[in-house]
Amino acid sequence: MVDTANAESHLKDDPSRRDFIHIAAVTGAVGGVAALAWPLVDQMNPSGDTLALATVEYDFSKVALGQQVSINWRGKPVFIRHRTPAEIAKAVADDHAAMPDPQTDEARVKPGKADWLVLVGVCTHLGCVPGFGGGEYGGWLCPCHGSVYDTSGRIRHGPAPKNLAVPDYAFTGPTKVKIG
Amino acid sequence: MSGHPPSTYEPKTGIERWLDARLPIVRLAVDLMDFPTPKNLNYWWTFGGILAVCLVTQIVTGVILAMHYVPNADMAFNSVEHIMRDVNYGWLVRYIHANGASMFFLAVYIHMARGMYYGSYKAPREVLWLLGCIIYLLMMATAFMGYVLPWGQMSFAGAVVITSLFSAFDQVIPGLGTAITTWLWGGFAVGGATLNRFFSLHYLLPFMIAGVVVLHIWALHVPGNNNPTGVEVKSKQDTLPFHPYYTVKDGFAIVAFFVLFAWFVFFAPEALGHVDNQTPANPLVTPAHIVPEWYFLPFYAILRSIPQKLFGVLAMFGSIGMLFALPWLDTSKVKSMRYRPSARIFFLLFVATTVLLGWCGGKEPDDMVMTMGHTATGDPTGFSVVWFSRILAVYYFAYFLLVLPILGLRETPTQVPANISTPVLGGAAMPAGSAAQAEKKG
Ligand code: HEM
Ligand code: FES
Repeated sequence: MVDTANAESHLKDDPSRRDFIHIAAVTGAVGGVAALAWPLVDQMNPSGDTLALATVEYDFSKVALGQQVSINWRGKPVFIRHRTPAEIAKAVADDHAAMPDPQTDEARVKPGKADWLVLVGVCTHLGCVPGFGGGEYGGWLCPCHGSVYDTSGRIRHGPAPKNLAVPDYAFTGPTKVKIG
Repeated sequence: MSGHPPSTYEPKTGIERWLDARLPIVRLAVDLMDFPTPKNLNYWWTFGGILAVCLVTQIVTGVILAMHYVPNADMAFNSVEHIMRDVNYGWLVRYIHANGASMFFLAVYIHMARGMYYGSYKAPREVLWLLGCIIYLLMMATAFMGYVLPWGQMSFAGAVVITSLFSAFDQVIPGLGTAITTWLWGGFAVGGATLNRFFSLHYLLPFMIAGVVVLHIWALHVPGNNNPTGVEVKSKQDTLPFHPYYTVKDGFAIVAFFVLFAWFVFFAPEALGHVDNQTPANPLVTPAHIVPEWYFLPFYAILRSIPQKLFGVLAMFGSIGMLFALPWLDTSKVKSMRYRPSARIFFLLFVATTVLLGWCGGKEPDDMVMTMGHTATGDPTGFSVVWFSRILAVYYFAYFLLVLPILGLRETPTQVPANISTPVLGGAAMPAGSAAQAEKKG
């Protein structure tokens, strides 16, 4: 132990010396703990092989007009819907109707490919997979808490805040689409 | 009277003295058995013991299940089928574990309602109550993750919906919610990585519960038990040693409770389950009617009653948060509602409200409570389940935020007995204010 009188005189000499040691020690300890804790937290994030599964290609030649397929992209369903002219007309007609997340139908498809609607089939409320054909807009109805999407996959009413997401995708051939 | 009285343990043999000087564990056990307990505890007080047995049951059966279960998205479902069909007595162990979770919640709800009715959360037992609330939270987390393990369609949908609750944070700071859900999932959706970590945590949490239970009992043994009169123990005449009086009473209740438990296990093992969970998880389809386990239904109804994502999620968490705030919301000094006639009515309404919320949670939001007509397309119109849950949710919150704070200031309680013996033996009752002098008079 340091002699008290000694320590006090020492403090009088230079009080900031001791403060410096305290601050440096605490900063070092906090930094060390944080640096150690981060790997323990980050290990829960998607691993390298999960991240690598980024794209999937699909041949939609067998998807007839008015049909839809669900394919698995990064563990999530992606709907590829071959829309009928009636569905497209309905979606376009509603372009300027009041809705929670306004967007035109045109902005949700590739130019000249309005008959193909590609959507992430995950309800933007709490993640269930909406089913086609339910709800009063002729689009999708989520079985979990009743969110209703129209024929463009836009949220029309219910607890979901956003439209069904349009993933990054590109047509890689006359009957091929690449998602991701 | 508070805390443990001076220890009565006297080591008799040399070995006992030797051990007592080094690790007084026998002394601890003897003192726990001798703990002075109010002599008027009724059967509502037996649920603590029942809960302890439930926890042990879950841990024993759970560790056995883990010997046969495979936490892998491709094999989990089949490994549970293997437990059911091939493992010797696997069906028994799994049915005890699955129904045990329900029995555990049944007991904890009764235990909590007991505390709310008799004012067990009030000073000096606030910490005891808070520890109980933490146990309840841990139980919910454990049961939720356990339900994901069989990897059926309901398991999967439940995992998706509950983890997605955190995506509501996207409405506070864009991207935050997505970052949290991705971190929880270990991927871009619920999948194998999620299942594997849920298994790890499902194994861990019950042991954390056991740790908090130790703190809960410690916090109980400082002020001692509350009792049906809510009047604190004043003298030794008010108490009995825990053993044999309450070991026998608790023991009888535990046996009775396990008769009910066994009835479920042997005669209705699937009554509380969902058929959709007999179908292996499929990320591309959500079953048409998804519902959580019965013990989560009231909260689920509150979530669904609000058509806005963030507020729905906040209301759901808030409804559980109310329990934590309870000790500071109730302004009445009278603990037991035996002496609060109007509080008693509000409390019974509250219990009815939670049960009815649970009923709403099991229905479709657009189902009708009362059908009054039909739309052009033939759908029924009238008083719908969503509206019913909205009214109920309002009362749920009002009970905590309006009734308890205001009632305590305005009501006139009936006469609170001077000590816990008077209601039994007869004798002068005293107004609430003079309870402090009871010791001198008695
Ligand atoms: C607080 C105590 C516990 C609760 C409330 C609880 C609850 C549950 C629930 C609700 C299930 C789903 C049952 C079903 O529908 O199949 C489950 C499954 C499972 N639990 Fe637990 N559990 C607890 C403790 C434990 C412990 C300590 C272990 C030890 C490893 C464990 C291991 C398992 C396993 C391996 C499964 C999957 C097999 C199955 O689904 O039957 N549990 N648990
Ligand atoms: S998850 Fe679709 S409405 Fe809630």
